[in-house]
Amino acid sequence: MSDLEAFRTQARAWLEENCPKEMRDGAVGEEFVCWGGRNWTFKSEAQKTWLDRMASKGWTVPAWPVEYGGGGLSREEVKVLKEEMRRIKARSPLESFGIWMLGPALLKYGTHEQKAHFLPPIARGEIRWCQGYSEPNAGSDLASLQCKCEDKGDHWLVNGQKIWTSYADEADWIFVLVRTDPKAAKHDGISFILIDMATKGVSTKPIKLISGKSPFCETFFDDVETPKEHAPGVNAVVGALNRGWDVAKYLLTHEREMIGGGGSGAMGGARGIGEIAVDCLGVDETGRLRDAILRARVAETEVDGWAFLLTMERLKDEAKAGQGMGAKSSMLKYYGTELNKRRYELFMDAAGSEGLEWDSERSEDGKLVKGWLRTKANSIEGGTSEVQLNIISKRILELPDA
Amino acid sequence: MPLILNEEQEMLKESARGFLEEKAPVAALRKLRDEKSEDGFSRELWKEMADMGWAGILVDESHGGAGFGFVGAGVLAEEMGRTLAASPFLSTSVLAATALNKFAGDAHKQEYLPKIATGDVIMALAVDEGRKHGPKETALTAEKSGNGFRLNGAKTFVADGHVADKIIVAARTAGAAGEEAGLSLFMIDRKAKGVTADRVNLADSRNAASIRFENVEATGEDVIGEIDSGYAALEGVLAAGRAGLAAEMSGSAQHVFDMTTGYLKERKQFGKVIGSFQALQHRAAHLYCEIELVKSVVLKALQDLDNAFGMAGVTCSLAKAKAGEVAKLASREAVQMHGGIGMTDEFDVGLFMKRIRVAQEMFGDGAYHADRIARLRGY
Repeated sequence: MSDLEAFRTQARAWLEENCPKEMRDGAVGEEFVCWGGRNWTFKSEAQKTWLDRMASKGWTVPAWPVEYGGGGLSREEVKVLKEEMRRIKARSPLESFGIWMLGPALLKYGTHEQKAHFLPPIARGEIRWCQGYSEPNAGSDLASLQCKCEDKGDHWLVNGQKIWTSYADEADWIFVLVRTDPKAAKHDGISFILIDMATKGVSTKPIKLISGKSPFCETFFDDVETPKEHAPGVNAVVGALNRGWDVAKYLLTHEREMIGGGGSGAMGGARGIGEIAVDCLGVDETGRLRDAILRARVAETEVDGWAFLLTMERLKDEAKAGQGMGAKSSMLKYYGTELNKRRYELFMDAAGSEGLEWDSERSEDGKLVKGWLRTKANSIEGGTSEVQLNIISKRILELPDA
Repeated sequence: MPLILNEEQEMLKESARGFLEEKAPVAALRKLRDEKSEDGFSRELWKEMADMGWAGILVDESHGGAGFGFVGAGVLAEEMGRTLAASPFLSTSVLAATALNKFAGDAHKQEYLPKIATGDVIMALAVDEGRKHGPKETALTAEKSGNGFRLNGAKTFVADGHVADKIIVAARTAGAAGEEAGLSLFMIDRKAKGVTADRVNLADSRNAASIRFENVEATGEDVIGEIDSGYAALEGVLAAGRAGLAAEMSGSAQHVFDMTTGYLKERKQFGKVIGSFQALQHRAAHLYCEIELVKSVVLKALQDLDNAFGMAGVTCSLAKAKAGEVAKLASREAVQMHGGIGMTDEFDVGLFMKRIRVAQEMFGDGAYHADRIARLRGY
């Protein structure tokens, strides 16, 4: 038996023994996610047990090094673990911006002390992070951000405002892009700094969206004094001072791959658009969807969805073979989010007037209509579609600046 | 299986590109067109391709071929698409070789596969009878007559039909047009009594023919696959052809896109290179994404043909649908972004636009294959 098969056998046995029955319903979606953090209320005892057991194995972050709370698994082993979790329909034990974003940034740019201090609480779901990037006047042009961070000897003094901070009102800590050198060129005076949300002067205000939900906040920093070191040797700034843009760019690449992945629902585990449309509208005597024009549009979108899924697969295989993904993540972000918007438009077309119901029982509290509205943000957050097209033009096609 | 080319396939791609750029550039197609070549391709060049193992790329080594499989064949088709190389590659080395490899009896294999590999026989597949692709719509009849069959009917849009030595014909031995059952495949000599093959000049200046069959006699030994149940074989051969055409269109799309971005970087208007204008940048970037999707679906279809031939029909349809639509977009954007020069005969972009139009129509356009996928997915 190969090492990988031996690992599969062990993982299967361990999951079988340790994954609570209630966590094996394959449930995905906002209401089932365990985000963790100081303010987290577990939805059930099983949710807590599942998190604790997975964290004790380091399997909430299976690819991270063991010394920082991870599982120390190889890429192949992580894939096997995911397959085994899918096999028993295990829910994800923990999701967070710490896992998706800060973790990868610290692993690449952090010092050993920073990693040892911040990563294990993320892995255990004890600290929940949020991301402070956009500002009211710095959206697509993120590098024009103005949030001020002054050196006051033993501490930093932060003043300014962030916007579109996901779940800031529920987060414990924030990683923020701040301007540490106002005289430098716009990309050169930015630093990536870590701040405790409990610090005096930090406040948040949820933003109500067109879906009626408030997943984003405004975050204010009013004379916030934050220490230069959060513990002996644990610098508050990640990477070199004034080089925060490098860290930010690296993280945006991660974020793009993550958001772009949403488009793959077209042919992945989620139900297909055609299948849902048939449920809504039925088929004619030849077995075709009872709306010929909608059917054609659905088919075209499914062709694109399938092609997109294969492209994600191909780019991952290329990355594994050492060709790297680089600016191609902008393609995934752009195409995946635009595709997801197309899919939801078609869901709405198929659902007709029933799909417009906002809070009825049969609509599950307007799940579809609110989901449709939510997708409109996909092509804005994490860099708009237009910004992705600019990146592709410049970095991949090497077209000149205007 | 990872969705990337292996080392051997990469090497094939590189050597094919070098060879085609030297021996079969777009200028070669232009020359065939302007000289009104009767064959529509260079027999010398085809012999050279055969010597390099291209004609027998799908023929296994025991029959004298290169045994490179469909991914290898697709790599060649893609490179040929980049230079619009005219040759009987699709008709003979993809369609006929697949029909023989997968569905013919040993006698046919022994006789013809080695000749395909050496470039000594040219074959064509005759399927369609109307203006749109429809294998089930086959009406050409093969009626029982004595110990054999007698074929009557007409075929159209047959690639290399007028230069082929042998024509593989989809014929109806039972049932009626529109039915899957009752189809059979016959291998007929083009010079047989009652066969009339006329070249039809299409927009792409490549080879296509209309073929009439009048009381053409055939025997049971001329059948490839099973009598009355030839539809599965026909679909198998068409799947390979669709993937081949998709690969070719991928190459053509990539090439016109390269020409276009090259032009955007060099053409100046209003005192700037036009590639600095965002209106053009975003269209180019979008097209880039679409072409990346095409590369993925084409490779997937070719890998499926190699790994699970009988199951590959649906990904071949996916590849044909996506590659056709994107290649058309690439050629339209190429002409538009080149402006006036893109409309001139002297410039190559128009030749790509014409070939792409023909290739996307052959064996089913985007709508045909999207419909097929929708049916397979239950709507």
